[in-house]
Amino acid sequence: MKKVQLPLTEETIRGLKAGDQVLLSGTVLTGRDAAHKRLLALMDQGQELPINLAGQTIYYVGPAPARPGQAVGPAGPTSSYRMDKYTPPLLDLGLKGMIGKGRIGPETLKVMPAHGAVYFGAIGGSAVIISKSIKSARVVAYPDLGPEAIHEFVIEDFPAVVCVDAQGNNLYEEGPKLYKQDEL
Amino acid sequence: MREVQVSTITQAVKEMFMEANYVIGDDVMDKLAQARQKEPSPLGQMVLDQIMENNRIGAEDSLCVCQDTGMSVVYLTIGQDVHLTGGALEAAVNEGVRQAYTEGFLRKSIVAEPLFDRKNTGDNTPCVIHVRLVPGDKVHIMCIAKGFGSENMSQLKMLTPSDGVEGVKKFVLKVVEEAGPNPCPPLVVGVGIGGSFELSALMAKRATSLPLTRSHKDPRYKALEEELEQGINRLGIGPAGYGGQTTALKVHIVTAPTHIAGLPVAVNICCHVARHAERVL
Repeated sequence: MKKVQLPLTEETIRGLKAGDQVLLSGTVLTGRDAAHKRLLALMDQGQELPINLAGQTIYYVGPAPARPGQAVGPAGPTSSYRMDKYTPPLLDLGLKGMIGKGRIGPETLKVMPAHGAVYFGAIGGSAVIISKSIKSARVVAYPDLGPEAIHEFVIEDFPAVVCVDAQGNNLYEEGPKLYKQDEL
Repeated sequence: MREVQVSTITQAVKEMFMEANYVIGDDVMDKLAQARQKEPSPLGQMVLDQIMENNRIGAEDSLCVCQDTGMSVVYLTIGQDVHLTGGALEAAVNEGVRQAYTEGFLRKSIVAEPLFDRKNTGDNTPCVIHVRLVPGDKVHIMCIAKGFGSENMSQLKMLTPSDGVEGVKKFVLKVVEEAGPNPCPPLVVGVGIGGSFELSALMAKRATSLPLTRSHKDPRYKALEEELEQGINRLGIGPAGYGGQTTALKVHIVTAPTHIAGLPVAVNICCHVARHAERVL
């Protein structure tokens, strides 16, 4: 298990290989469909974004409500492919990491190596365990979106797996190849 | 005639959605444990361990095991000798959903209109309600909390009679392979065969809520369920899609009579967080 500090540095990213199990610590921004749509609308209008993405990692998540005393409610990953249309322009702004689940979209996959960006998978449906690694949460943009607002999470030992590394190696392609059996 | 106050339905629906979101059934937990024994992939083993541990904590601490607490789907089977009193049935069911999601720390994931504003309704209503009237004086309620990571990977196809068993197998495997890691495998795969366009989908959804210990009564369909499960597990997708031999925990088939010209097949994919609760009033 590799410990990884966020924000990511180029050196850290170079050391990550698809299939590595990692524990992420530091800060991440959250965002999913609705927040991404707003960010891209602002970019289209040439306006400044409410967040600075340079070097940052975005976690695709819409947490459940926190119970009293919790930093955040259960907060597992959502499907990454839905953010495909929005992600290449964010990579242009310096975004370095994405955390989600399932395939990352083809447009994003194509440009990730040129940006030296990495994609981490978190395990879908393990929202309680993941939330225990989120030490604090605050909304930094779009509070009206509720669970879809952009939050900043401070995380400690957040369990993840490198699914696409900066060289473009893809666990979702390579992993299943090892276990695929011929049709009966 | 037996009188049933709709407020008792509200209370039941509320309790069932809270329970379904916090507690994963023993049937699913047993299947996960069996799969863990057989899974050869080290990453797959790790994923299954994390899922089982997550479900244990969720049940203990009354926390929703997945943050996507789903769109609420309610199947009501009502005896025709029941007289529902005290208000409108649909409003009572929706009130149960509203109370569960607002008081139970569950995420509100429903937008009022699908295409333009997509504004969140704030209480996870309205839910989807399917009502059937049957003989008797009981009210049977099945509550399903359906996450959309897996719902989005579901498909329906109008096959033709000549496609036959092979056509059904090919389509089900295609749907699961295209879905790959996206719907959070290991999966419960609900397959509706026959009926009309919409009935096949309703059967497929209902199939995802059946106990994992159940098999189709007709030995031919039971054999098909087993063959599909094996076929899916040979695709190599594995837990979380990281590669492995545990992709489906169970394939359930539900069938209905159909038209001489048709062979509708609906595949409703459900993640390992197979959340449902059932009660008879």
